[in-house]
Amino acid sequence: MAEFEPQIIAFTCNWCTYAAADLAGTSRIHYPANVRIVRVMCSGMVNPMYVFKAFEGGADGVIVAGCNYTDCHYIDGPVKCDTMFARLKKMVLILGLEEERLRREMISTSEGVIFARVVEEMVEQLKKLGPSPFKIKMETLA
Amino acid sequence: MEEVKIGVYVCHCGLNIAGTVDVEEVAKYAATLPSVVVSRDYRYMCSDPGQDLIKNDIKEYGLNRAVVASCSPRMHELTFRNACQEGGLNPYLYEHANIREHCSWVHDDKKINTEKAKDLVRAAVRRVYHHEPLEVKEAPVNPNVLVVGGGIAGIQAALDIANGEKRVYLVEREPSIGGHMIQLDRTFPTLDCSECILTPKMADVGHHPFIELLAYSEVEEVSGSIGQFKVKVRKKARHIDESKCVGCGICEEKCPWKVPSEFEMGLAMRKAIYIPFAQAIPNLVTVDPDLCVYIQSNGKKCGACIKFCEAKAITPETLLNQTDQIIELEVGSIIVATGYDQFDPSVIPQYGYGKYDNVLTGLQFERMTCAAGPTGGKVLLKDGREPESVTIIHCVGSRDQNYHEYCSRVCCMYGLKYAHLIKEFTKADVYEFYIDMRCFGEGYEEFYKRLSEEGVNFIRGKVAKVTDQAVTEEEKGRLIVVAEDTLLGRLIRVPADMVILCAALEARADADKVASLFTLNRRADGFFLERHVKLDPVATPTDGVFIAGCCEGPRDIPDTVAQAEATAAKALSLISKGKITLESAIANVDETRCLGCGRCEEICTFHAPKVISKNGVMVSEINETLCKGCGACAVVCPTGAMLIRHYKPEQILNQVAALTEVL
Repeated sequence: MAEFEPQIIAFTCNWCTYAAADLAGTSRIHYPANVRIVRVMCSGMVNPMYVFKAFEGGADGVIVAGCNYTDCHYIDGPVKCDTMFARLKKMVLILGLEEERLRREMISTSEGVIFARVVEEMVEQLKKLGPSPFKIKMETLA
Repeated sequence: MEEVKIGVYVCHCGLNIAGTVDVEEVAKYAATLPSVVVSRDYRYMCSDPGQDLIKNDIKEYGLNRAVVASCSPRMHELTFRNACQEGGLNPYLYEHANIREHCSWVHDDKKINTEKAKDLVRAAVRRVYHHEPLEVKEAPVNPNVLVVGGGIAGIQAALDIANGEKRVYLVEREPSIGGHMIQLDRTFPTLDCSECILTPKMADVGHHPFIELLAYSEVEEVSGSIGQFKVKVRKKARHIDESKCVGCGICEEKCPWKVPSEFEMGLAMRKAIYIPFAQAIPNLVTVDPDLCVYIQSNGKKCGACIKFCEAKAITPETLLNQTDQIIELEVGSIIVATGYDQFDPSVIPQYGYGKYDNVLTGLQFERMTCAAGPTGGKVLLKDGREPESVTIIHCVGSRDQNYHEYCSRVCCMYGLKYAHLIKEFTKADVYEFYIDMRCFGEGYEEFYKRLSEEGVNFIRGKVAKVTDQAVTEEEKGRLIVVAEDTLLGRLIRVPADMVILCAALEARADADKVASLFTLNRRADGFFLERHVKLDPVATPTDGVFIAGCCEGPRDIPDTVAQAEATAAKALSLISKGKITLESAIANVDETRCLGCGRCEEICTFHAPKVISKNGVMVSEINETLCKGCGACAVVCPTGAMLIRHYKPEQILNQVAALTEVL
């Protein structure tokens, strides 16, 4: 059987983390292809339902990433994201998903290397963890 | 609703994408997706013929949506939105899939890449299906410009803009403009005197009808955005009546209280009431309230300046009661030119800075050779003797993993300049310890050659230590520079009377504060980040904020001036156009669902939503000029009444669903 390839959805803010992923590209820093990036304007824009949608669809992990506290285009978006994320994390645990499946990151424009490292790390973790229980359930239903 | 017809265009980007993604297969796959009526791949979508494909298809197939899969949308989203618009399609009926930066350049397996590209295209197609046309609105640009920092960069930018008869507010935190350049003695490689070339520009700033100089002031707060910034500036109290002070300096002469002068890099003293240097602009005295005994004793002691000031510019009232002023400005663009700090070499203990009297930094030596400086332009040791041997150490804090890995770019050249000046003023032997000589600018290599002919000893090697532990008779009572000559492969000891450290240029200690004030990003080395290192070197991620000079990284005067002129051109072109396109992707309230609870109003940093009574019903209303489209309000809205145009739930949810569909 082929090795399990986890699927990650990353919600990244337009100004920092999306740009960091662009920089990883421009600098040709290679990382696993398991991640799919969804661009939002601000990490504070990420609605919990987007994350649930990703898990519902069978994503094995979700990253919510944006600017650092000091370089937010909207001044304090990361603070708002933190508040949302704290609630989100609780809900995800209640749903029975492992903590490692949801990651909050702050990666600024210049940190292409860090973006690549985060993806690498998460892919490794998720490989150990195995497929999302939601995905397994859906496969059984099908 | 009219039938959705989507056109998909997959770009090869030469081999940048096509090299690791099977673009033809992606295009074929896209053709099978619902609502896609035409799907093509093309070598360069951003080229004119590429864009024409979209325009023609809009006409031929009646497309009402378009997707381009190519590079980052940060690069070309606007290009294709414009192409759509030119083809008669609302620019927001377009979606971009990033299959270069996020796919072809970062993963190596062609098969996997192709699958990922398909996913990204499928998600873009699904998202664009739910796009809506948005109205593009414009707003006027305030023609005033704020320049922050009065060094050569700020001065040049301010003059260029003011010469175009546009108002400039130049804010400088020190009592005078001039920056680091006014501290320099001569400038490499031409050896023209720094003061002589800078003071005319400073004087121009001082009396330019279009420049309002706010010296001894700091920016406190910035709000708004491109075209309409609101800025609060704190004008610090000089504790004198600025309208009366003539800068005669008698108060300074009579003031009995002294501290080491910042301007003279601690080589001379300044008074509690002072003009930092003779050609200061504005030519006004400033009282150092921490040092002034009159202020510290609340008017009980001293008061010499009050007594001697003939202009009556200094009074008990100004000394004791003058407070900072807050000035509010409205500007359309901002130029940040806040310069650099000199690296503090005392953190490298083996170089003996701060321990041995005759170990100096570059800026200290600049002051020493300056005719108006503390030694009257003479190169002297602490005890007043002339040195017989001087050593110049390059790369102090630069090109060093322990401190700064970057090259400070100017040190090789100013090191050479020092060697020349020492040769000119003294009979001393000069030794330069370098790692590599980097003489890259106009006339620089020639200058290096000239210095070699002047008899300077160039030694390739990084200095291990500077010590006073003599081992031979010749070394006694002197400093000894110990290094490996890497060309000879031998350890050498060079006795020296004076050691000059070419200290690195580093980001200002408060660069983080300035960055958050103007919403700038910083690189890992602490300097401000430009929007694009090659193609947009003075713009920043924040529209309307430009950067010039050493706040963006070490550079010499010619580069700084060129960059300052570039920022002025950017600001002037913005003013010349006179209008900016407003963000269309902003918040919008579905009044039928809004409960008027006010959570949006609470969370918004920009005060865009306001709960108002409309026909007796409380609903939230968005002030569209204030809304930035960050979307925080939509997250907290309990009823889903608050939506961000172009980032509506159905748009993002469908994109996410499409991404997770196929593994």
